[in-house]
Amino acid sequence: MIEHLIPILAVTLAAATPLVFAGLGELVTEKSGVINLGVEGMMLIGAVAGFAGALQWGVFGGLICGALGGMLASLPFAFLTLSLGTNQSATGLALTIFGIGLSAFIGQFFVSQGLPGLQPLRIPLLASIPFLGPILFTQTFVVYLSWLAFAIVAWVLARTRWGLILRAVGESPDAAHAIGYPVIRIRYLATLFGGAMSGIGGAYLSTVYTPLWVQNMTAGRGWIAVALVVFATWKPGRLMFGAYLFGGMTILQLHAQGLGIALPSQLLAAVPYVATILVLVLISRDRKLLQQNLPASLGKPFISN
Amino acid sequence: MQLLETRPNPSRVMRWAAPALAILLTLLAAALIFAMLGKPPLNAFHVFFIEPLETANGWSELALKAAPLILIAQGLALGFRARVYNIGAEGQLLMGAVFASGVAIWTDGIESAWILPAMVIAGAVGGGLWGALPALLRTRFRAQETLTTLMLTYVATYFLSWLVSGPWRDPGGSNFPQSILFSDSAMFAPIFEGLRINSSIWITVVAVPLFWLFVSRSFAAYQIAVGGEAAAAARYAGFSAERTVWLSLVVSGAAAGIAGAAEAAGPVGQLTLSLSPGYGYAAIIVAWVGRLHPVGIVLAGLLMALIYLGGESAQVSMQLPAAISWLFQGMLLFFLLGADTFVDYRLKRRRVETAAARGANGA
Amino acid sequence: MSVRSSRNSTPRLELCHITKRYPGVVANDDVSLVVQPGEIHAVLGENGAGKSTLMKIIYGAVHADAGQIMWNGREVSIANPAAARHLGIGMVFQHFQLFETLTVVENIALALEGEFDLKTLASRVTSVSEKYGLTLDPQRMVHSLSVGERQRVEIVRCLLQNPQLLILDEPTSVLTPQAVRRLFETLRQLASEGVSILYISHKLNEIQDLCHHATVMQGGRVTGETDPRNETSASLARMMIGRELPVCSVEPYTGEVRPVLELKGLNYRNDDPFGTSLEAINLTVNRGEVLGIAGISGNGQAELLAALSGELLVDSASVLIEGAQVGHLHAGQRRDLGLAFVPEERLGRGAVPAMSLAENFMLTAHRDPQLRRHGLLSFARARELAARCIERFDVRCNGVKAAARSLSGGNLQKFIVGREIMQAPRLMIVAQPTWGVDVGAAAFLRQTLLDLSRSGVAVLVISEELEELFEISDRIAVLAGGKLSQPVPIEETDAERIGLLMSGVQAQAA
Repeated sequence: MIEHLIPILAVTLAAATPLVFAGLGELVTEKSGVINLGVEGMMLIGAVAGFAGALQWGVFGGLICGALGGMLASLPFAFLTLSLGTNQSATGLALTIFGIGLSAFIGQFFVSQGLPGLQPLRIPLLASIPFLGPILFTQTFVVYLSWLAFAIVAWVLARTRWGLILRAVGESPDAAHAIGYPVIRIRYLATLFGGAMSGIGGAYLSTVYTPLWVQNMTAGRGWIAVALVVFATWKPGRLMFGAYLFGGMTILQLHAQGLGIALPSQLLAAVPYVATILVLVLISRDRKLLQQNLPASLGKPFISN
Repeated sequence: MQLLETRPNPSRVMRWAAPALAILLTLLAAALIFAMLGKPPLNAFHVFFIEPLETANGWSELALKAAPLILIAQGLALGFRARVYNIGAEGQLLMGAVFASGVAIWTDGIESAWILPAMVIAGAVGGGLWGALPALLRTRFRAQETLTTLMLTYVATYFLSWLVSGPWRDPGGSNFPQSILFSDSAMFAPIFEGLRINSSIWITVVAVPLFWLFVSRSFAAYQIAVGGEAAAAARYAGFSAERTVWLSLVVSGAAAGIAGAAEAAGPVGQLTLSLSPGYGYAAIIVAWVGRLHPVGIVLAGLLMALIYLGGESAQVSMQLPAAISWLFQGMLLFFLLGADTFVDYRLKRRRVETAAARGANGA
Repeated sequence: MSVRSSRNSTPRLELCHITKRYPGVVANDDVSLVVQPGEIHAVLGENGAGKSTLMKIIYGAVHADAGQIMWNGREVSIANPAAARHLGIGMVFQHFQLFETLTVVENIALALEGEFDLKTLASRVTSVSEKYGLTLDPQRMVHSLSVGERQRVEIVRCLLQNPQLLILDEPTSVLTPQAVRRLFETLRQLASEGVSILYISHKLNEIQDLCHHATVMQGGRVTGETDPRNETSASLARMMIGRELPVCSVEPYTGEVRPVLELKGLNYRNDDPFGTSLEAINLTVNRGEVLGIAGISGNGQAELLAALSGELLVDSASVLIEGAQVGHLHAGQRRDLGLAFVPEERLGRGAVPAMSLAENFMLTAHRDPQLRRHGLLSFARARELAARCIERFDVRCNGVKAAARSLSGGNLQKFIVGREIMQAPRLMIVAQPTWGVDVGAAAFLRQTLLDLSRSGVAVLVISEELEELFEISDRIAVLAGGKLSQPVPIEETDAERIGLLMSGVQAQAA
């Protein structure tokens, strides 16, 4: 039984990686007080940009192109919500619709092309740890990169002045402005960071995980990432846990028959979405927990007159 | 970075100029894209906006697409006014279609004038239930409706997919994931011989003035508007926020469900995977471009239907991908939101004003 | 004191001909001002006189359109608050600029430059706060602090930057009389060490008590300069508003006395981590009286008001209006029984900012059958009534179609109070009736509330301004830590005793 679990858990980590990137990015954006519902769109643009880049320069180049694509995609959102103070929910939605259209439009040129994929990178010594080794340390380098991203985000938020400033801006932009912080510029940076991370998440899907370009290939992962940030109560550690939980759920449907679950495949495919709703319900009913961690200005435009 | 200052009074001019400006900017951006693709923009505009309307069939198709968009957007606009963001109208539409198709499939072989009304009601119930679920989750557990409505859309899609490839698959069909073709008494009759436009359009025609009356005069709509503008003021006045959530989600869900029923019992004639070309999402844009106003929504719905038709004709005669209409929709919403800012704000001016409103800006 | 006599020394700060215009209003018009080292310098003026704008210019948060700033004899241009702090200018804001979910030391770190080391900083915070008698625990979250403690955080934050000039904007508006005295001691200690202090206030007695020099502003201009210790309240008031402070006329009530509002053991357990719980509150408000509730915001005021208005539902038997149990009824149903309510937040709660005055009139007036019939509204009728309200209560605005947000604070308050009075209430609840309102409007509002009570309405006023409560109340009680003291007639108490109750000393009651 344990031998069966190893490949399943290993693939779970791989499947969860886009959620890790996009979720960490959205977490940082939301910490600054901006909620960007355009993650799905930015991931798609990242996916198509990453795919194009990977055709030219390989996977690493693809990830960089994905990051740039996601960042560029977040720019109109940032301009509208931050400089013009538009409704963040509506603008994020516009970004998703725009991203679906733009990625499909550009993606038409790549529809029948393929990428070679990426070999896992065995980490010497660590990979030979029984059970954990083959799960954790025979992954592609992108998975390790996602752990690095997690470590950096967690450290910056908890331990550095930058993290403190980010939290302060999200908590009270008025106070931050009054004591002299450039609230809008900080929010721009946080939003662009979120865009870049979503772009990497999307690029990982199209260059490593699948690896092909398919229209609408994110299939709601961007929305799940947004939900994960709520589930994580804006804490990076819980976000990782949530991402792997959901990664596990998407993998489960592939192995359902082997595990003796006799539900039709279409209904199994709906499980991650139902689970997202359940998780949101469970976390949202605990008002105290949410209120203590919610960036107080989340979603509210800041216009200093 | 701060460019703006609050207007003392919202600008009435900008309220209506903003959508026009947004449309203009979208056209400019579209022209740029066409030029980049090596298609002469004027020619492309002709293909996009004129060609579809050169035949009677074109006008029939326009009405056929505009009707569901307008109906759904009227419902969504109610919620948007209250800042209840139902973005899962697509799922509610699909569930409406599923419920209505259920009626059609169970009554197959029976001839009765009651089947069609029963389907419309079933559609409203299906969509309404799919809207009520997020309302329950929001009011009981405070779960954000943006995420829950969208997740429920995915669930509805897979549910529909399971139905048409399992229990409701047409046994006589060639293994395609689709239901049986509905009988005539489960279908809306065409209005003109040879055109696809059918009598379901009357639902929208009746609904628009009702929504107008409701929005402009009713106490319930006033409560919704107050709740959206200032939630604390609504609490202060004793307007129930929960009722607003329920009302807007159930009404918009039911409207989308009826639109879904009309699709299944109209141009599609059966339950299939490709029942809706994204009407539920496009209606979000229609609602916003239409100023959340019942009349504005009619105009915006016609425009959006034209973008759909233009996208189809561009696909045929210019080999452009159909996704281009999503691109335009996204841009239109971007530009509209940007232009909208200037209803309540204006650019900061260096010049000092000696405005009549002295003391408007407390020192 | 002879700070002024050392005229030949270089002034710490000199403002020359500062002018700042906003659309439709000149906030500062040719303002000049000199502050000497070690001087406590008052800037006196009523709400809207332009004091806050001037201070923001000194602190770099707002830029003047014209004029010069001289700092220790050198002309400077202060680009932003960080530049001001660099020069040695610290500011204690009227609305504290603190972050609720961060600790004291984190809040302070945000305003300091240099190495990011919270441990070392925490010990510096402790030592500075001890030196000036401003006790603080650096590791506590700000949301768990009282208002007085929050002000200490702001002051310590400034002191850690070794300021040469400390600006305090209305620092006593939220303090008890005892806390005010402690603050003044700290300020005098600082001044004796050579720190200049700019003290912004509209409270004449405080300025006479504390300040060496006063610059008086009215309507954006400097209208006088004086040593306040040589002035009387009346002469300062004349400089500030051009006349003496208006006084309300209080007539005795001669009608029937009967309880209208009764609270019986009102409890509310708050599950908001940043809120206050209410404990066993008992209170009776009778026809014909104004009952004042003193206390510093954050001691349960918001919760008590919401429980009274029906925005918060409580046990049905704990709130009674004219004998009927209403605790379970929501705000609209309680209004049906004759309750009217003017909240502290005028924009966004008492009125919808972007809606017109006519639409805002509808907010609580819709139960009038002329306004609402069969679920449909008559906006034409609402315009008529709103116009009547504007006329009767002297609301200065551009007519009934003006958006609520286009009105000044005082005029919007008059509109809201007027709207509520026009509902012919039997019980009127008002929170912070004159907060941020100019002297003339404040006097009008106070008189209006007094007249209303004498017409047989029960009026409950919750305010942070003790002077105001002593002026209009018949009886007064204190809400501190979610508990309400026994109301006493104002003749039987004084500001000192109420102040002690406000800081939670229950034993001294009455």
